[in-house]
Amino acid sequence: MDVRYINPFLEGTISVLKTMAFIEPRPGKPFLKKDSTAKGDISGIIGLTGTASGSLALSFSEKCILKIVSNMLGEEITIINGDIKDAVGEITNMVSGDARRRLEAEGINLQAAIPTVVSGKEHSICHVLGGPSIVIPFETEHGHFVVDVCMGKEQ
Amino acid sequence: MDKNIKVLIVDDFATMRKVIRNLLKQGGYENIVEAEDGVVALKELKSQKVDFVISDWNMPNMTGIELLKTVRADGDLAKTPFLMVTAESLQDNVVQAVKAGVDNYIVKPFTAEVLSEKIAQIIEKYKAS
Repeated sequence: MDVRYINPFLEGTISVLKTMAFIEPRPGKPFLKKDSTAKGDISGIIGLTGTASGSLALSFSEKCILKIVSNMLGEEITIINGDIKDAVGEITNMVSGDARRRLEAEGINLQAAIPTVVSGKEHSICHVLGGPSIVIPFETEHGHFVVDVCMGKEQ
Repeated sequence: MDKNIKVLIVDDFATMRKVIRNLLKQGGYENIVEAEDGVVALKELKSQKVDFVISDWNMPNMTGIELLKTVRADGDLAKTPFLMVTAESLQDNVVQAVKAGVDNYIVKPFTAEVLSEKIAQIIEKYKAS
């Protein structure tokens, strides 16, 4: 996978969470992921097409997403409910939009599909291209999450 | 700046409506109504006096741009201040929204300060015209 795709998604993720949830996540070292098991308890997945194609997934630990959404809504949420699933879809949408603006500046134009949300322990993430994907791990004071990107040239 | 204006938030994501409501409250706006798509928004606009519309772009049934065009074509609603909110900022979309008569455009993510500033700019523009 072209490494040019990594930074826009990394920067987009930090920007969205900092602005909307007042949380500044710390990125770790990206790694290659070959299986489809999610690295979190709830994931938002969005398909991308255009100059390149593929998909983006954000997988959050339960503790982490509860704090993120509580901050976004200004009210404490203690269980994964409809608001949390709704918010994961919207966060995925926003990260996709932010990253696509950054990619557009580099001549890579992408359109996004509607995000889907999957939850549960060890759920699967099915990337449009099948994989492997690049995973960027993030740490926050409230737990971890990952950005899981699988992009390739247009078929 | 009048913070008592009635603001209609239009977004199919309930959570995003709550987020925008939260940001508006941080900016001092308390008089808020909500709609989950353009069709419901039009009903709200027809049934009560709304001073300002904040609408998402991508929605089922009637998109934000379709709502904007319908509002601008309606004699009673045409002069309603309209702020478009979206995750998209592609040039074609901006041109399309401007042509349809949007007053301003805000790209997610955004802060309470940026939202309040955009609302104030639009209200001032209407007062001056």
